[in-house]
Amino acid sequence: MTTSATEAGTPDIDLLTPVLSAGWDAERAWTLSGYGDYAALRKAVRMTPGEVVALVKDSGLRGRGGAGFPTGMKWGFLPPDDGGPRYLVVNADESEPGTCKDIPLMLASPHILLEGVIVSAYAIGARTAFIYVRGEVLHVVRRLQAAVAEAYAAGYLGPDILGSGAAVDVIVHAGAGAYICGEETAMLDSLEGLRGQPRLRPPFPAVAGLYSRPTVINNVETIASVPSIVAGGADWFAQMGTEKSKGMTLYSLSGHVRLPGQYEAPLGITLRQLLDLGGGMREGSELKFWTPGGSSTPLLTAEHLDIPLDYEGVADAGSMLGTKALQVFDQTTSVVRCVLRWTEFYKHESCGKCTPCREGTWWLVQTLQRLEDGNGRPGDIEMLLDLCDNILGRAFCALGDGATSPITSAIEYFRDEFEAGMHTPATELFPYQASTVFEGERV
Amino acid sequence: MTAPDQRTDVTALTDECLAELREIAGRYPQSRSALLPMLHLVQSVSGHVTPEGIETCAAILGISAAEVAAVSTFYTMYKRRPVGDYHVGVCTNTLCAVLGGDLIFERLKDHLDVGNDETTADGKITLEHIECNAACDYAPVMMVNWEFFDNQTPESAVGVVDDLRAGTDVHPTRGARIVSWREGERVLAGFSDGRADEGPAAGAASLVGLQIARDNGWTAPDFGDDGSDADPSGKDGEPNGDAADNAPTLRAESEHKVDDATPTKPAAKRKDAR
Repeated sequence: MTTSATEAGTPDIDLLTPVLSAGWDAERAWTLSGYGDYAALRKAVRMTPGEVVALVKDSGLRGRGGAGFPTGMKWGFLPPDDGGPRYLVVNADESEPGTCKDIPLMLASPHILLEGVIVSAYAIGARTAFIYVRGEVLHVVRRLQAAVAEAYAAGYLGPDILGSGAAVDVIVHAGAGAYICGEETAMLDSLEGLRGQPRLRPPFPAVAGLYSRPTVINNVETIASVPSIVAGGADWFAQMGTEKSKGMTLYSLSGHVRLPGQYEAPLGITLRQLLDLGGGMREGSELKFWTPGGSSTPLLTAEHLDIPLDYEGVADAGSMLGTKALQVFDQTTSVVRCVLRWTEFYKHESCGKCTPCREGTWWLVQTLQRLEDGNGRPGDIEMLLDLCDNILGRAFCALGDGATSPITSAIEYFRDEFEAGMHTPATELFPYQASTVFEGERV
Repeated sequence: MTAPDQRTDVTALTDECLAELREIAGRYPQSRSALLPMLHLVQSVSGHVTPEGIETCAAILGISAAEVAAVSTFYTMYKRRPVGDYHVGVCTNTLCAVLGGDLIFERLKDHLDVGNDETTADGKITLEHIECNAACDYAPVMMVNWEFFDNQTPESAVGVVDDLRAGTDVHPTRGARIVSWREGERVLAGFSDGRADEGPAAGAASLVGLQIARDNGWTAPDFGDDGSDADPSGKDGEPNGDAADNAPTLRAESEHKVDDATPTKPAAKRKDAR
């Protein structure tokens, strides 16, 4: 079951445990000389693929892209080798509002991802792996391309990796600006050169994925965690974290805080602990609401400061751990304004495939716009909740579900602000200047 | 005089470009997978996705022009109208907007005298509000040709666009010196420009947690006996502790102790060099 907030700091484990981020300040960290000699890959190719899969399974690693699905189990869903191709696709399409961990990881340390890609491809028997990176991060694409070239030159990629006889090729594939492509089946369609729209499941990608062949899709941070598991062992990894949420992970703190940034800690640390490490809220500021894992995870408030930030702890509080994107907003912030802006995002990014999401997000934006303008009509709050009820669980994919999260949670905690939208513009209640980071310096 | 829609001289796809489009198609197990990078390459040559580019991609991949157009209109980065020399994107998703992105975007619209997704009269700058670009710990964020300009203010953003229009060298916070939007599109098509070594590994916010850990001597546990041929940093043989001595101290902040029940172990676990 859930663990207490303090249990994250079990006696032998430090409060912060940099592993993925440990090399980010090394000299030329993005190059092989700054990274190391792929010791985990050297070890992995001396193991059988099945042993590597078992190791990852035993470690308890769960997907870091939001859903938290056990990685080893996902790999285990692949059917037995039939002699045909199978694929590994790395989801590097980081676009969930608030989420900012994979991009700095790949910018600073593309080799930790690449080593994970090669080890993982070896484990699942994939001859070809793709890194699907969002197109809007040019320098990350450069660093990935350079890392792949270096890895080929060093014999870590190609037809005979380190003389083991194993073969892996990696293709860095830049997307073109579509949040929905982070949904794993939409990513496959996009990678096949189509509009990025989700597929009906089943069949699941493990059975019929890219080109209808068995495919594993994993998040960047998930794959980047694999080398340390191979090097350190399953028990090493599992001694960090909580009972069902093992290992270290990147927490991304942003918003009205003194020290926004990346904090790598064992799963189960609390927002209070992270805020205290980072010097707390900005000057004169009080926590009003926050997202635990991006905009698709229901908002939480100051009463949730001590919940353990692991998969179970956040779920028990009525939200989701998601991508551990902790966007923190203070008392100057209009929750109606925030919710409208997020909803505009979902409306823009809806792929249009299913009616509840395509039409529903349009109606939500119109209604929320009235409320932000102070022109809300009686019944608007009920209409928002009714619309959300007709989207949640009825949309084709999780984008639609995610669109409802900020709205229903904001109404739950801050209904009076929505009611004020019947007569008063949000900007009068919460002058927008006061929320900016540069305003504070002038006041 | 150099309004972007009059730059017909560079619109046609060259023979070299056709060869490169075929080269991209050959990189994938199935050629249609190449369509996204091919459209990036078309933009790098023609400045947007042209009807000619659509027809050409269709012919190379053996699909219809309608199929290519359906894809090119789905993705936000593909432009149907000519883009200026520099694409300036201001994040106005919630967190950046609240922290100042809305004001930055308003100031730039006013300063450049353009609306969203419009290009300045001199053809230099196309301004667009963009969605979350995965740099929320550096909010408010602006992108130029998809390079990061972190922690912006209206004043700093105006300074950047003025420098771009004046032809001054402009460097992003994290990334390579700004060249042109088209040259960036070529990299996204998969053709390296050899500039990966420019710019830092990480910005300050990316290193915040690492520095606090160093200041406190906090590390991940040592690897087990089972797997001691690497340390958790992936850097064999490098003394893990020495960066802590050089790191700007955040001790003042981090000594606000967290939670009485949480054990602190200053410098207890600093790893030795292997």
